[in-house]
Order: sequence, then structure tokens, then C-alpha cells
Amino acid sequence: MSKILEIEDLTVSFDGFKALNNLNFSMNAGELRVIIGPNGAGKTTFLDVITGKVQPTKGRVLFKGRNIKKIPEFKIARMGIGRKFQTPRVYLNLTVRDNLDLVSNQNKNVLSTLFGRANNNETRTVGGLLETIGLDTKANLSASLLSHGEKQRLEIGMLVAQSPDLLLVDEPAAGLTDEETENVGALLLSLAQSHSIIAIEHDMEFVRQIANDKVTVLHQGALLCEGKMDEVQNDPRVIEVYLGETPD
Amino acid sequence: MSNKTGVQIKKKKQRNKIIELGIITTLVIIMAIILPSIIPAFRLRLIGRFLSLAIVALGIDLIWGYTGLLSLGHGIFFALGGYALAMHLNLQIPEGQIPDFFNLYGVKELPWVWQPFYSLPITILALVIVPGIAAGLIGYLVFRNRIKGVYFSILTQAALLVFYNFFNGQQKIINGTNGLKTDSSRIFDLVVSSAGVQRTFYIITVISLVLIYLLCRWLTSGRFGRLLIAIRDDETRVRFSGYDPTGYKVLVFAISGAIAGIAGALYTVQTGIITPSIMEVAFSIEMVIWVAVGGRGTLIGAILGTMLVRLGQTFLSESFPEIWLFFQGALFLIVVTVLPDGIVGWWTSYGWDKLRSLLGLKPSLITYPSLVEDPDVQQERKEMSEQ
Repeated sequence: MSKILEIEDLTVSFDGFKALNNLNFSMNAGELRVIIGPNGAGKTTFLDVITGKVQPTKGRVLFKGRNIKKIPEFKIARMGIGRKFQTPRVYLNLTVRDNLDLVSNQNKNVLSTLFGRANNNETRTVGGLLETIGLDTKANLSASLLSHGEKQRLEIGMLVAQSPDLLLVDEPAAGLTDEETENVGALLLSLAQSHSIIAIEHDMEFVRQIANDKVTVLHQGALLCEGKMDEVQNDPRVIEVYLGETPD
Repeated sequence: MSNKTGVQIKKKKQRNKIIELGIITTLVIIMAIILPSIIPAFRLRLIGRFLSLAIVALGIDLIWGYTGLLSLGHGIFFALGGYALAMHLNLQIPEGQIPDFFNLYGVKELPWVWQPFYSLPITILALVIVPGIAAGLIGYLVFRNRIKGVYFSILTQAALLVFYNFFNGQQKIINGTNGLKTDSSRIFDLVVSSAGVQRTFYIITVISLVLIYLLCRWLTSGRFGRLLIAIRDDETRVRFSGYDPTGYKVLVFAISGAIAGIAGALYTVQTGIITPSIMEVAFSIEMVIWVAVGGRGTLIGAILGTMLVRLGQTFLSESFPEIWLFFQGALFLIVVTVLPDGIVGWWTSYGWDKLRSLLGLKPSLITYPSLVEDPDVQQERKEMSEQ
């Protein structure tokens, strides 16, 4: 199976503080990988590096075999990496439909955005997505009127509209009710059938719901362990970093 | 359901478009045909100047209201446009001569920058393109380095000061502090300050204002306009969606600069003179204030705000010459504290509903569609209205 993402000896330091420390990581195309780790483990920096927001101090990141060093964020996004932020970031002053329409635009340079109109293909994508994320009745409402959970779903929809190969999802269940969490989980699982996904999460209940493949545990910027959810949960090192003590 | 609302929205949009077109046509007829024949020439000239200022306000609304970049340096582009046209008018003299002021500084030959301005078509092109390119260049340097927010505002103001000092110092080229006079110049063998020519400039101003308004409407209505709003609200998100915001910002800033250039040219010929004082910091800030008073991101607000502030200034300074500046200060304070969205913003979010309820009409409600569809809610509402 081909690797969609490979990370080799990655170190990122901010003024000497190593947010990521000699991290090695790889995942196959089509995988849904969950990354967990206590606060300050470097999870968000990890996503920052993959999306080009932060440049690696050492090491390299290969996406579909291509080194993404020094490629600006928007080009990485066009290469097929979509990112969902921790807090939902949608365009509050635009309608739900327009939010999706902007992202689904297939030609994103200035002139074609200015003169072009949405083609049938894009309109169909948007229509389909509105149904997938369950917001078709609210399509013409301003996104500022949506609830927190609806915004999370809209943002995931925006990611998909970008038709990326790799979805990066940062704590999608943060601040959601149990029911909404379950909805988002189901949405991710259905997306996993056609995308590679990296999900960062704290909520163990949610991790159990979506982690069918491997789970990766980060600790102090380095890889602590990797494996099936059951294995990881019973790994003494994981229990130590989460609970701060060695089990007897 | 969603289809039905889609069609309803389209119909409503179409109806609104027709209403808007009707209003614009009526206003143009009043402004361009009726007004010139009922008010005295000097008043008309005044209104023409205000209308040209409304044009630059539209440009500011585009870059500030929609794209979220507060420019405090639009005086540069305004002046560039003004100087371009003033140079052309100063060259309407017998062949072989050069404008009078050059004698003061012992300049015998026309500087090369003046050469292209013999031709009217090139001048008209230049007064759009030169400010546009200047804005595009400044924009490119600033936006490429991801400078935004307050730092962008400070940089534009610094650029304004650089241009101000540069123009002041260039006596041998553009008469320095004294500026260029246009009133006694001739255009098509007519004196620029004569009533007929001034009226023509006035009508050109009205038409330009409408055309530029429509251009801004077009820019801000489609995907491009929504992207500008997206850049304003969350630029990082835009970048991670695969758009490069730099190109968009440079283009909008360039268009905004070009619009300011047109405004500057029209303002200059209806003022009679252009001097570097047009690039004083206070004037560029005033432009921003017009937009704030009218309402950011509304376009029509920019025009309304400019006219209101400027007409108010004229009226107050005529009636209360000593204290009119206090009125102006009070107006700005009121807008900032009470009407943060400006007059148009207040009207659309509050005033319109208030007026409707005063007239006994039902207020239009925006609710979640699922709520409206809910039979219990509909039943409840019916009972409420029967009481």
C-alpha cells in the first residue's frame, strides 16, 4: 500500500524549545489515524508542519512522496491537504451555501474567481455536501446563526468540498454534546471510506468510536507508541504520561 | 423546502434589483438633469466636489469595508489622479511655451514626466493607471510580507507622508507647495472655470459615480466579493482552503487606488487647484470617517456618509463658523459610540424593522427553517396573532 504521508526525523524548535523532537511517522493512503497525547505533546504543531504553517527545523515531511518544505500553505492545500481547526472557523458573515461554494471553487486564482461562475459540477458537490452534513434546510442562513456543533459540521463539510486526499481534523469533538459528538464521529467514519484522515482528539470515548485503525500517542514532541486502541490503552507508558504514575 | 426557499430568494433578489435600478435612474435624472438647472453654479460645483469625494469613499469601502484593510494613505492615489489631469490642463498653451511657474525656478525645458500629458487620452489612462499601479506596488510589498491590521494602516500613512514631502520638495517639476492651478486653463478652447465646462465636469462626475458604484457592486456580489469578506473575517482559513490571499488583496487595493485617482482628477478640476496639501494626513483620515459614518461594507453607505458629512460641514460652517468643528467632532463620536455599523448598518439591522412596526406592518422574522416548519410553532403563532 502506498504511503500518503511520511515524516522523517522531524524536529521543530521555537527559540530552543523543541515542540517536536525527532518524530518519525508514516501512514498509508486510506487510513483513519487518531493521534492522542497529553497537553503540550506537540499535536497542533504536528498539523502546523504538515500544512506549511510552521517550517521544520530539521527533518522532512513527504506528502505523496513529495517534500513539502518551503511550499506556501495555499499550495499545500491545493496539493490535497485539508485542515480543520480546533475551534470551528467558518465565514460567519456568509451563508452556509456560500461557505461551501467558496471552498468548492475548482480554480482558485484571482481572475477565474472574479469572472467565473459556479459550474454544474461544483453546484452538485455543494448540494450533496449540504445533505451529508445535515445542513440542507439551513443552506441560506448566515453561518453566524449556526450552533457550535453545526459549525463544526459545516467546517468538516468545507474540508471535503476542497476534495483533499488527506484530512487533518483537530479536536472535532471539543465542546460538543454527546449527541453531536456521535454525529461528528459518524460523519468522520463515512468520510474515511474515501479519504485518508488524521484526527487529533482528547475525548477517549470519541476515540474509541472512530479508531478502527491505528492510534498514535505523542508525548513531549516524540512518538511514544503506536498500535490498536486496546493495545495503546493498556500500554504502561501511555498510562504513565496520562496519569503521571507508573501502574503497579 | 430548501428548493422552494432557493426560488423565493432568487425572485426576491430579482425584485430588489429592479427596485435598485429604478432608484439609481431616478437619482441620476435628478442629479444630472434637474439639479443643474435649479441651483446656482457655485453650489453645483460644491456638490460636484462632494460627489467626487464619494467616489474615493467607494474605493475605501472596497478595501476597508469588504476586505478589512484600513488604508490611511488614499490621499496618495487621489493626488496622483489630480496631478495627472492638472498637468494636462496646464499644457493647454500655445506651442513651444511651458507653464508659467517654471520661470520662477529657471526651468527652460519641459521635464520629461510632463511629455505624455499633452495627449488627453493618455492623460485619462494615466489618471487611472498610475494610481492603480502605485497602489498595486505598495500593496504587493506589504501583503506579500503578510503585514496586516494596524501595521498596514501605519505603513500606508507613512507612505502618504513620504509622497507628501516628496511632492512639496519638487518645485522644479510640479511647483512644490504652490501646486498646479487649473481654473484659468483651457480645455477644448474653453476656460475650465466657466459655467458650461464646470457643468460638464459635474455631469461626468455623476456618471462616473454611478459607473464606479456599479463596478463595486459587481466586484462585491459574486464569488470574488464573498472571498473578500472571507479574507476580512478569517484570512488563515482562506489560505488553508487553497486560495492565495495576496493576489486578491493586491488587486482590490489597486482597484481602490485607481478609483481614488479618478476621484482626485474630478475633484481637482472642480476645485481649481491641486497642491500637496491634499496628501495631508487629516484628509485621508477624513475619507475613512465618511465610510464609517455611512456604514462599512455597504457601498451606498460610503456615498451617503460622504455627502452627509460634507454637506453638514458646509451648512454648519456657513451658519456657525466658529464652532462647526465641534459639531463635526460630535458627529464622529456619536457614530463610533451609538452607530458602530454606520447609518446604513443601523438602518438595515434596526431602523427598517422599527419603521415597519411604526407603520403597523408585521416585522419580518428570521428563524431556523426547521422552527418555521414545526407544526407546534405554527399553531402557537396562529393563536398569538388571533389574540
